[in-house]
Amino acid sequence: MEDREQFDRLVLLQFRAAFNSARWLLRSREDAEDVTQDALLRAFRFFSGFHGSDARAWLLQIVRNTCFTWMEKNRPMDSAVEFDESLHLSPLPGPEAQAVAGSERERLTKALEQLAPRSREVLVLRELEGCSYKEIASITDMPIGTVMSTLARARERLQQLLSQPGTKEAVHDL
Amino acid sequence: MTCEESRSFLHAYLDGELDAPHAAEFGRHLQSCSNCGRALQALESVRSSVQNAGLREALPPGFENKVRIQLDKISPRASSPRSPMNFPAWSWLAAAAVLLLVVAGSWRFVQRNRSGAEPAASAADSAAAELVDAHIRALQPGHLTDVTSTDQHTVKPWFDGKIAFAPPVPDFAAQDFPLVGGRLDVFQGRTVAALVYGRRKHFVSVFIWPDTTEDMERYSGTWNGYQWISWKQSGLRFCAVADTNRDDLATLKDLFSR
Repeated sequence: MEDREQFDRLVLLQFRAAFNSARWLLRSREDAEDVTQDALLRAFRFFSGFHGSDARAWLLQIVRNTCFTWMEKNRPMDSAVEFDESLHLSPLPGPEAQAVAGSERERLTKALEQLAPRSREVLVLRELEGCSYKEIASITDMPIGTVMSTLARARERLQQLLSQPGTKEAVHDL
Repeated sequence: MTCEESRSFLHAYLDGELDAPHAAEFGRHLQSCSNCGRALQALESVRSSVQNAGLREALPPGFENKVRIQLDKISPRASSPRSPMNFPAWSWLAAAAVLLLVVAGSWRFVQRNRSGAEPAASAADSAAAELVDAHIRALQPGHLTDVTSTDQHTVKPWFDGKIAFAPPVPDFAAQDFPLVGGRLDVFQGRTVAALVYGRRKHFVSVFIWPDTTEDMERYSGTWNGYQWISWKQSGLRFCAVADTNRDDLATLKDLFSR
């Protein structure tokens, strides 16, 4: 009972952060809905073990683990190359598709989805969730140095993707 | 600092994660090196486009409720809500308002609906000004509601656990004030409930928070072209804000008080 109140107070406010993280990890809003729900229920079961001060980082760690477990089960092809920075999983839109995709939001969504999973993850935590390097390190279980280099790489790659809208990045990368 | 060293600091500088000595050193380098300056600018522009494109995914409608129902199955919430915070807002606002009016020289004249400028009335005025501003902010795209639903049974439980009191969430669609949704807002540093109603082509925000003071007065006024009206009932202070006419708000107040 007491746990439930604590949980509501500390964790409920982080629902959107959880959902947003899952959406970008899974690159799907629909899948993110189910997985986030699982993650939140798991978080509640583990809640008595949470004694820290950063409920968001704690929750996002659980969301991340739940996403990876889900991907192993449901997208074995994806998770096998999860950490391979050089591979891009999504078929890239050709120039004509990109010309149609008018809005800035769509353009950025596509670019973000084309980033390597780890780069995308770090960038989302930093730019969309406003996490500090330290928080990102604890959520992703990476050393801070790796967080920094991944973030730098992610931004450079994103810059590239955004500055050459018509080119097929996959050709260049593979 | 060489450009190569500077490049390794670029991102940490951008993210405000560089310690003071390094940041100072980096700043000096930037003044003398236009290449690094351009690199920083380019990163800043990519970042601001990522942050401003609305990429942070909003929760699907009904999601919170679904999770709550699941959570309730595992562990029901305590039946008695936590006691509302004792926060005599309007009375300490009276003191704060005097200070505010002195400090904020640029403040516009606030129209008072009472002849004398008693502290309570002027406190209400400045409090209302803050709420009008909150309402105007909420009218920006994407800010009006956190939970969008015309169903009071969706909006009401949405507030559970987010605030320490349970605001009433009536729907007045039959009286031409359809419920649009709800959101959390911040007023005088604490979280308050805000209900949103439609009124023809306008929106009304009704702010609600616990008020434990003796002040039962009804206040109303105008600020920046917006009407506001504030009243108290059942231990809660209400303030409705909109750019409709004053009669509309009075009608809404009467509907709430029924």
